[in-house]
Parts: sequence; structure tokens; C-alpha cells
Amino acid sequence: MTLFYGTELASRLMLGTAQYPSPEILTDAVRRAGAGVVTVSLRREAAHARAGQSFWELIRALGVPVLPNTAGCHTAREAVTTAQMAREVFGTNWIKLEVIGESDTLQPDMFALVEAARILTEDGFNVFPYMTEDLVGAERLLRAGCEVLMPWGAPIGSGKGLNNLFGLRALRAHFPDVPMVVDAGIGVPSHAAQAMELGYDAVLINTAVARAGDPAQMARAFAMAVEAGRMAYLADPMEERDMAVPSTPVIGQAVL
Amino acid sequence: MQILVNDERHDVRAPTLAALLDELGYQSTARVATAVDGSFVAAGRRASMPLHEGARVEILAPMQGG
Repeated sequence: MTLFYGTELASRLMLGTAQYPSPEILTDAVRRAGAGVVTVSLRREAAHARAGQSFWELIRALGVPVLPNTAGCHTAREAVTTAQMAREVFGTNWIKLEVIGESDTLQPDMFALVEAARILTEDGFNVFPYMTEDLVGAERLLRAGCEVLMPWGAPIGSGKGLNNLFGLRALRAHFPDVPMVVDAGIGVPSHAAQAMELGYDAVLINTAVARAGDPAQMARAFAMAVEAGRMAYLADPMEERDMAVPSTPVIGQAVL
Repeated sequence: MQILVNDERHDVRAPTLAALLDELGYQSTARVATAVDGSFVAAGRRASMPLHEGARVEILAPMQGG
């Protein structure tokens, strides 16, 4: 059992809610994914626009726990204020903390991330930090009070899969008891299965589902991959070898 | 009084943040969060939050996110 700040999720697949062709397709994708969490955000809206209200009603009807993000923030101060606003609107202490440090890769700014995580943890938030796979950064985030880590697989929206397998494996091995989610960069279900096989506790997917030709079908495919990867991890995969080892018994083989 | 709301210039009469939301047409039940000059202002503090010339007000609503 994996607990995220004391909560066991119904599924190890977390799903973003952005970029779907329509609200109906989003709803369908969340249902077919059996998502354990959906991520949401806050944006400016004029008084007479009702998009925010209707989106909120749609999310509530899904009955899935929400994880608000601080997407687009570039400083610790912006991220902290956004988190405080999100807590009031969405009624949860959970926050996916994003502080972007570089605009081409949307790479997290680990320094500002640690600073914001400390402030938010002291203010009672449960922080899910979107981070690089940096071991020292991870240590600082844990010391700042984070009880969950969310390393990137690859840059957001790139679909490249797990860019640094060695780094992700090292991070998993260094902090075996910390719930960890691979967030961002996953493009196809096999990437998600790979993250789960490495022992990650969950994956967070958005673009790969929302931008698929059939998002609901892809959501289901991801759900199956996450389950398969988790089951494989628990079943303790074999070691990789450089040379062939025959699988059919050699003893008793005829000499012809 | 000239202020910025979501980065747009507004000429308003409202002396407080709560009055501003009303003046701009937000319903009292609207699910929005507010900040003034970069700092969060909780819903319960809007009525006692004075506005000043040039104040930067942010009014945010739930939205899709990744």
C-alpha cells in the first residue's frame, strides 16, 4: 500500500485535465483511466465568463481527488501565492508545486522549489514537488517537509519517455520509502509501465492522453500499463545480462 | 481610482476588494480566489482589504491543468 500524505489512492494513474478536445472527452478519459487523482489549475477569468464554474462542477461530478498545480510560476513567491489561492478554491491542502526555471525545457528551478516547499509545508500544505531527478535536490525537498517526490521523466509535453533511466533508478534506490511519482514527458503506455517497473509508485500523465487521437481509449491503455508495470515490479523482475543464456534445458539434448 | 485587474486597467469606485468584486459583476457565490499586489487575500478578508491607486488585483478561477 502506498500512502500519499496519509491517503491511499484508488489508482496509481494520475491524470491531467488540460488540452482535451471537449469536456465530454475529458470526463470519458478520466473514467476509462480510473484515475486516482486529477490535476487542475487556476487562471484569470472575467466576471461574466462561466468556464471556471462549469469546469469546477465537472470535476466535482467526477468524484476523484484533485491535485491543484502552480503551473507557469517562475518564482517561489508566485508559486506560494498561487498555492494559497488554489487551497481556498479547491478546498485541499494538496499542491503540485511547479516552479519553472528554464523556458525551453520547462525545467524545474530546484532552488526556488525548495524555498517554496519549505514555506508551504510550514503553512500546512502537503507538497508534491515537480522536480528533476537530482539526488541532492531530493534530499533538500524531503528536509523542507515534502513527503512525496515527483521527478520528471522528460520535459513537459515532449512525450520522450524516461530520459535518464540511471538517474531515476538512483533516486528510487536512495529513497526507497518515499512515495514517488514520475510526472511529465511520458508519451506512450510502455513508458508508464517502465516507470512502474522501476518501482515508482505512480505516474502523472496529461498530454499523452489528451492529445491522442482517441483520448478515452488511450486513458484505458495507460491504466492497463500502470497496473502491469506495478505487478511486474512486485513480481521482482529478472536481472539483465549481456550474454545469452539458453532457456531450454541443455541436459538431455540429442547429439545428431 | 485606477487599478489593474488581471493586468487590465480599470477605473473603479470600490474602496475594498469585496466591493470591487461586486462592482465588476462577480456573484457573491463565485468560486474565485483573489490576490492584491502579489499576496493572497482570503475570501473572509476581502471586505476589510482596502484598495489603493495602482493596486494590482488578481482574480483567478478553476481551470484545466496538467
